[in-house]
Amino acid sequence: MSGFTSQDSATRISVGQAITPEELRSSGASADEATARYALMLGDDSLMLAQRLGAWISRAPELEEDIALGNIALDLLGHARFFLTYAGSAWGKTEDDLAYFRDEEEFRSVRLVEQDNGDFGKTIARQLIFSFYARELYSRLVDSADETLAAIADKALKEVDYHQDHAAQWVRRLGGGTEESHRRMQAGLEDVWAYVEELFVDVDPTTQLAEADIAVLPSSLREPVMQRLRTVIEEAGLTVPEVKGAYGADRTGRFSEHRGYILAEMQVLARQHPGATW
Amino acid sequence: MSAQQAHLQAVGSQAAAEPITEQARRAADEARVGWERFQELIAEDKRVEPRDWMPDHYRKTLVRQVSQHAHSEIIGMQPEGNWITRAPSLKRKAVLMAKVQDEAGHGLYLYSAAETLGTSRDEMYQQLYTGKAKYSSIFNYPARTWADVGAIGWLVDGAAITNQVPLCRASYGPYGRAMVRICKEESFHQRQGWEILYTLSHGTEAQKQMAQDAVDRFYGPALQMFGPPDDESPNSQQSMAWNIKRFSNDELRQRFVDMIVPQAEALGLTLPDPDLKWNEERGHYDFGELDWDEFFSVVKGNGPLNHQRLAHYRRARDEGAWVREAAAAYAAKQDAQARETALLSA
Repeated sequence: MSGFTSQDSATRISVGQAITPEELRSSGASADEATARYALMLGDDSLMLAQRLGAWISRAPELEEDIALGNIALDLLGHARFFLTYAGSAWGKTEDDLAYFRDEEEFRSVRLVEQDNGDFGKTIARQLIFSFYARELYSRLVDSADETLAAIADKALKEVDYHQDHAAQWVRRLGGGTEESHRRMQAGLEDVWAYVEELFVDVDPTTQLAEADIAVLPSSLREPVMQRLRTVIEEAGLTVPEVKGAYGADRTGRFSEHRGYILAEMQVLARQHPGATW
Repeated sequence: MSAQQAHLQAVGSQAAAEPITEQARRAADEARVGWERFQELIAEDKRVEPRDWMPDHYRKTLVRQVSQHAHSEIIGMQPEGNWITRAPSLKRKAVLMAKVQDEAGHGLYLYSAAETLGTSRDEMYQQLYTGKAKYSSIFNYPARTWADVGAIGWLVDGAAITNQVPLCRASYGPYGRAMVRICKEESFHQRQGWEILYTLSHGTEAQKQMAQDAVDRFYGPALQMFGPPDDESPNSQQSMAWNIKRFSNDELRQRFVDMIVPQAEALGLTLPDPDLKWNEERGHYDFGELDWDEFFSVVKGNGPLNHQRLAHYRRARDEGAWVREAAAAYAAKQDAQARETALLSA
């Protein structure tokens, strides 16, 4: 895979060496069945969250936030494209086959990323949790025995570094800003907290892949991620919610009620013209 | 009052009056020197910078033009933003997201350029919010189909570039420099739009029809983006004298038509104008009369989506107010804390 440095602009800052999904595809890297299923989980998480965040553009509280949320969505969409391209290599499918022509029960995303945007506080709460989780995950996945996963993680890591910084700064501002912002930020955390636990549940085939040093065992992320989340939340003068994890956390089809709506919107045009090129 | 007191008072008032006269005289001198310098800069086609003296009318004209341009970028995020969640491939979704984000970036550059003229971003926001400020009428048309995203890129961004390339040489420095960057990104957007249409027009019958329909709807409004015909454009002459505007509305419109006709042929799509034909003598394409009643009606607020575009903007501002207040309150607290720490350590 040849690296390149993209041009910086007001809206995008390059992160140095980068790969593209097209390069990944033409590299001929091919995943085995288990690795593909793992890549699918990671890709679906990023795709759903990108889809959610993309809806903020032109609706953010300030112009700089339209840009920041758009930038994060774009990064996540990039991660999704890598993971789905790699997953598809096992089954002769493209990223678009997987994104547009799978049904609800075939997606493997966690419920956290499917939650609606709510107000800015809820979106930031979801961002805080996911970006801290992704940061920890990719910082370990860079050492994966699977070279392709390691390369994707290396690119994503630089980006999620910025995502967690963005989220943590907003948690501090909203937690310590006004009475209203404090209340809304706390409510945002309460709203999504039941879906944190699912990120750390060991599911098939991740457990076996972790033994082979290909995947990162989700349960091994719980302690470091929760520790860092607690610190940021408490430093912002907020309270870590005492909400139990929602039942059914296994990525295998017990998805949120939101998923159908997300897919209906995302897939509508592609499915109206099956086989068409865009 | 004794004679002495009267004398003192007279001297006193004279002493007080003198500096004022002096001040006024100095200001008048500065204005005269400034005016001469400004005339020189314009005559020599050089740049006017924020600290240079400039006539009030020049400043106002620029604030109006630059802020309108910024507002157009902001409202322009809506029609295409509307397709981000439904883009038909992940690559197209990424490209569109980046494009709409670029528009937000252009808005930022332009608001910053306008701020150097002494009008704050909040003030400009307020003008847009209350409906006092104008933005490009083209964004009051709906983006109904995916092909509209292509047509907006090809025709709307294409018209914008035709308009904006000469603005890179605008006499006001910060505006001209912002335009250089914007034009680079816009020309990228135009190629992306053309490429969307090319893919559609070479795709299935339904896709080709979708592309033709979008071009049919956007052609007229895109040509109207250059503004009314020259004889109905009262502000143009002054702007040209000041080197803000370099070509007239009709000149730019002609340049645009000459550019898109061969591009439409390459797309395999037709432009909806039966009078469109090459004029050998003029060395340009002739084209039919545009529907100016429609244009003025949309400008006055009666376009298909004038109300909705503004309502969307207002809703975002209203719903985000608590976030902006929180950020300001937090920053103030941080400042106060920093001052206190500085005092304690002093």
